[in-house]
Amino acid sequence: MNNCRPEELMISAIGDLLEDAAHIAVGVLSPIPGSAALLARARNGARVSIIGSTVPEFRTDGGIDLFDAAGQGRVDAFFLSGGQIDGAANINLTGIGTYPELDIRWSGAFGSAYLYFQVPKVILFRDEHSRRTLVKKVDFISAPGVSKKNVYRPGGPYALVTPLCVMMFDRIAGRFTLKSIHPGHSLEEIRDQTGFDFDCPNDVPDTATPDKDTLSLIRGDVARAIANPYPAFAAKMFGI
Amino acid sequence: MPETNFFTDVDALAAAIPDGTKLAIFKDSGVPMAAAKALVRRQAKGLHLVTIPTAGMIVDMLIGAGCVDIVETSGVSLGEFGPAREFANAVKAGKVKIMDSTCPAIYSGLQAAEKGVPFMPMRGLIGSDILKNRDDYAVIDNPLAKDDPIVVVPAIRPDIALIHVALADRFGNLWIGRQTELKVMAHAAKGTFATAEKIIDTNIMEDERLASASIPSLYVNGIAPAPRGAWPLEMPGQYDVDRDEMENYAKLSGSGDGFQTWITDRVFAKSVAAE
Repeated sequence: MNNCRPEELMISAIGDLLEDAAHIAVGVLSPIPGSAALLARARNGARVSIIGSTVPEFRTDGGIDLFDAAGQGRVDAFFLSGGQIDGAANINLTGIGTYPELDIRWSGAFGSAYLYFQVPKVILFRDEHSRRTLVKKVDFISAPGVSKKNVYRPGGPYALVTPLCVMMFDRIAGRFTLKSIHPGHSLEEIRDQTGFDFDCPNDVPDTATPDKDTLSLIRGDVARAIANPYPAFAAKMFGI
Repeated sequence: MPETNFFTDVDALAAAIPDGTKLAIFKDSGVPMAAAKALVRRQAKGLHLVTIPTAGMIVDMLIGAGCVDIVETSGVSLGEFGPAREFANAVKAGKVKIMDSTCPAIYSGLQAAEKGVPFMPMRGLIGSDILKNRDDYAVIDNPLAKDDPIVVVPAIRPDIALIHVALADRFGNLWIGRQTELKVMAHAAKGTFATAEKIIDTNIMEDERLASASIPSLYVNGIAPAPRGAWPLEMPGQYDVDRDEMENYAKLSGSGDGFQTWITDRVFAKSVAAE
């Protein structure tokens, strides 16, 4: 294994999930998914729209244009996160406790309650893998993981990437399956830190580490491009 | 013929926004910070804020200063600078009524209002607790297809859209650049108040390049000059976000005394008005 940092491994792992996405949109507060989208752009020529970027080629008005594009199927991949994510891929961006006067109030749903339905490949990303964040049942469903059959839903959850592993989501079963474990971590640790049940094949491989070319892309083109929407992240991560 | 009011400064403009106004505010970037500070200075009360579609420091500050009764939003955050703690504290304490939404639902509501229709259908939302907690949203059966439930959201008709623009002219027209959502806000609201980096003598509507990204005076009720009127937020194409100032706000807000100190220092102190 080359000398790659945990963030770079997650960028690479998300990038590997984006191989067939022609147009990837990135929301707010998403420096690692944003970097992964830019990696997919550098490798596969994907088009990337980043909410909050003022660079003309990534620019989107972040609003009507983007949501209308998603409504028409013009966005192939998007990222969501949550203060809580549960085993049915429900996400909670609203808060903990009893609504509306919650014990802990987070930002709010943003575009999730719509984009989760519309974008075919929604990758969930969470930078903390613990029983606090990956829970049995979310306190508040900002956006549901699965819908009844008659609800129009071309999109939905595809995968979950955390500092420990990659899980894939089965929309029929409504459950996650462990796909790979990041080097240095174990199944036992994942079970210990996950608040929900998930499926697990007998042999779970290590998450592929980025090869030399990928790593130099991440530290080069990607690092320079992510600095526009996320200057603090780029400075801390890549010294840019 | 109704004419656009030209205010001498942001304080005169803020004085014309009554307590209890349903006020639409655009997400952070080119936002009317100077005007919002003037609302705090005049101790505005009971505002119903509609954030288009999310919000940051401007709304957090108005809530912290006690100007707001209702906040209708898809999310409030200081972005890279951290959580919006005045907002979170006020919601937790029940000091503001929260109407949680999702971004395209707010746009759909504005689009219904600009067309003068009562509601707009939209995809998504079904199965969310957002929908469950919004008594004013409904699920209907698509009347043109079988077994296709779809959400309808009511028209959002703010009393005033309060916006900040790079350029206004003395005929009451505004140039909005790339921020086309400002046009939707102005169309949906009963009236628009704008602060402007610069007010020019030539007519924006007579310049093809400017007119394509404009809000004509038909929609504009009031304009006040506000150079650096979005500071410390960025004004696209003009100036960047003031990171030190934002970090300072992120540090002091949400902490009671710290926020009061910030308000005293940054909203009421004379030196700041001259920035």
